[in-house]
Amino acid sequence: MSTLDIVRAALGRAEDTPDTSGHYGPYGGRYVPETLMAALDELSAAYDAARVDPKFQAELAEYLSEYVGRPTALTFAPRLSARVADQADVNAEQIRIYLKREDLCHTGAHKINNTIGQLILAKALGKTRIIAETGAGQHGVATATAAAFFGLECCIYMGAEDVKRQSLNVFRMKMLGAEVIPVSAGSKTLKDAMNEAIRDWVTNVRTTHYVIGSVAGPHPYPMMVRDFQRVIGVEAKKQFLKKEDGALPDYIVACVGGGSNAMGIFHPFLSEVAEGKVKLVGVEAAGYGLESGKHGAPLALGEPGVLHGSLSYVLQDQFGQIAEAHSISAGLDYPGVGPEHSFFKDEHIAVYGSVTDDEALVGFRDMAETEGILAALESSHAIAYLRKLVADKKEDLKSGEPMRILLCLSGRGDKDVQAIADHLGIELGDGLAPGVKGSGS
Amino acid sequence: MRLSDAFSAASDSGRAALVLYITGCYPDKESFPGILATAAEYADIIEIGIPFSDPLADGPVIQKASEHVLAAGITTDDILDALGALPTPLGKPMAAMGYWNTVFHYGMEAYATRCAEVGISGVILPDLPPEEADEWLEIADAKGIDTVFLVAPTSSDERLQLVAGKARGFVYCVSVTGVTGARTDLPPELGEFVERVRKFTDKPLAVGFGVSTPEHATSVGQMADGVVIGSALLRAIDPAATQEQRLASVRKYLEPIRKALKGD
Ligand SMILES: Cc1ncc(COP(=O)(O)O)c(C=O)c1O
Repeated sequence: MSTLDIVRAALGRAEDTPDTSGHYGPYGGRYVPETLMAALDELSAAYDAARVDPKFQAELAEYLSEYVGRPTALTFAPRLSARVADQADVNAEQIRIYLKREDLCHTGAHKINNTIGQLILAKALGKTRIIAETGAGQHGVATATAAAFFGLECCIYMGAEDVKRQSLNVFRMKMLGAEVIPVSAGSKTLKDAMNEAIRDWVTNVRTTHYVIGSVAGPHPYPMMVRDFQRVIGVEAKKQFLKKEDGALPDYIVACVGGGSNAMGIFHPFLSEVAEGKVKLVGVEAAGYGLESGKHGAPLALGEPGVLHGSLSYVLQDQFGQIAEAHSISAGLDYPGVGPEHSFFKDEHIAVYGSVTDDEALVGFRDMAETEGILAALESSHAIAYLRKLVADKKEDLKSGEPMRILLCLSGRGDKDVQAIADHLGIELGDGLAPGVKGSGS
Repeated sequence: MRLSDAFSAASDSGRAALVLYITGCYPDKESFPGILATAAEYADIIEIGIPFSDPLADGPVIQKASEHVLAAGITTDDILDALGALPTPLGKPMAAMGYWNTVFHYGMEAYATRCAEVGISGVILPDLPPEEADEWLEIADAKGIDTVFLVAPTSSDERLQLVAGKARGFVYCVSVTGVTGARTDLPPELGEFVERVRKFTDKPLAVGFGVSTPEHATSVGQMADGVVIGSALLRAIDPAATQEQRLASVRKYLEPIRKALKGD
């Protein structure tokens, strides 16, 4: 399969969700000020046309292969598999973990699959200015990168708190020519950055395209971002079948912030899920622990509500005021989640677990020590979940067949090194920082 | 009292209706009723803002006011209770303006019931387009609560038809492509926009977002049936001032606005 075939398969999905008004069951839809409705209609029409337009597909395929570096590798992880097996007290040969290497994308995460797609569309719509929100800065960097690549003006909204936490990414965006606007309203994090980006869009909608970074927001964003990320799952499926002699993964595991990397890798397997051959597992941030109230797990503990233009599970109080999320990983530090995940949860199409800050750090070390890969803290949540999954599903191993797991390694962890050092109370800078020796358990 | 009655009454006296927005329980529970009563002397309709943590259609002034009351622990119930317990009735219809999640999460039936109980005649929900409003409309209609929808300069003719068709009470015309907030100038194409909306409805049209000076009030009052003022009024209410000072400042701001609507 060429990149073009893969792009065609990704955009040419057969599933009929959402409905024409953007609903996944009761979720999704469009809950935005009237000022934006025309722009959303325009974007929907442009995207519907682009999706099946050979010229658009070819252009996207070209950039994905020549600029982003797709297809990304599917890497067998024998030493990680062995460690996870050991942790769950099962035989090493019984666990076979594969990593879908989105960390190898240009800019270091899956986010760019979406920003390139959206910027081709923005250009076609005649928009001259690009705005985006960012939490960790990965989506901001991916947007600033694509804007530089296409020669468009770019403005990134980022919570003032995140600007402090992620100064390296702020600098990267600035080097890429973007303006970074710190947002001091509310909790000064991702959700407030998104509010401010929407306000900018409401004001400048005639000239500006808003690049939402996940499968969230009003229709058509959850669908469009999912489709641009479906390339992950389409590639992975083909690679997996080849490497495992026609066997499918038993489980697909991905972290869920807004849910774009998860939706991207899950979605092309939906018919196999329906046949009971593949199970989907999303991993939310449990922060300081679900019981602490400080987490980013709306699918576990939220209730349906409207945030940022769509109906989905949301962390909120009794009066519908949105609660603050917490996660060590800024990309999962969000009180909402994409509407299709809410639908998947209710319909039992996927199951969702969660991992605390501390557990995620162990996942990070496991990957670094066994496979020589520094994973993003977001992705480290998915890694950390593996031992729980295997321990939970030990019974399945009695059949003698190995348990095959496909893990979405959504990004690389270079951006997180400072945050991890801070968390461990280690001062970087003198070159003699004490080693971060792994515990391995 | 229905919202439309206020428009007819104003129109009978030869002027546009004045619609004034105040964030509920701003600046605090105790001072709010007095401020509301004072504003009501000048207003034909009073809009009560139900604060939301993420008010994405609002500019800095209303954002701040919302944050201020939320930080003080004020809830939707506190505001509705305050309206139900006003020492003297305002004598003007009230509309609750708030974001959809505060209604959705409260429970549509419960919210509509409570609104009706405390004398609210209408609701304005800036992030609930008519496409998502069917269930709510059925419930609100049954309680006699008018759901006001908004139209914007970016709305296509098809959307104007749809939105104006579904609107109850009046049609809220957003003057600018933007969020709420006082502005020095109104957009030059405002008159044209209002005329365009008129083609699709004979319901009263009120123009808001950005209206702040007596001159704005005069010019908007000539093109539309109602003038909505929010941020500029909130700016006249200083949480740090004494209640006496606040009431004086509200009067000082509203006096010339109301005069300007008389067309003199
Ligand atoms: C590497 C990485 N993974 C995951 C996420 C979470 O987003 P999503 O759930 O949309 O994939 C982010 C967000 O910043 C990220 O940078």
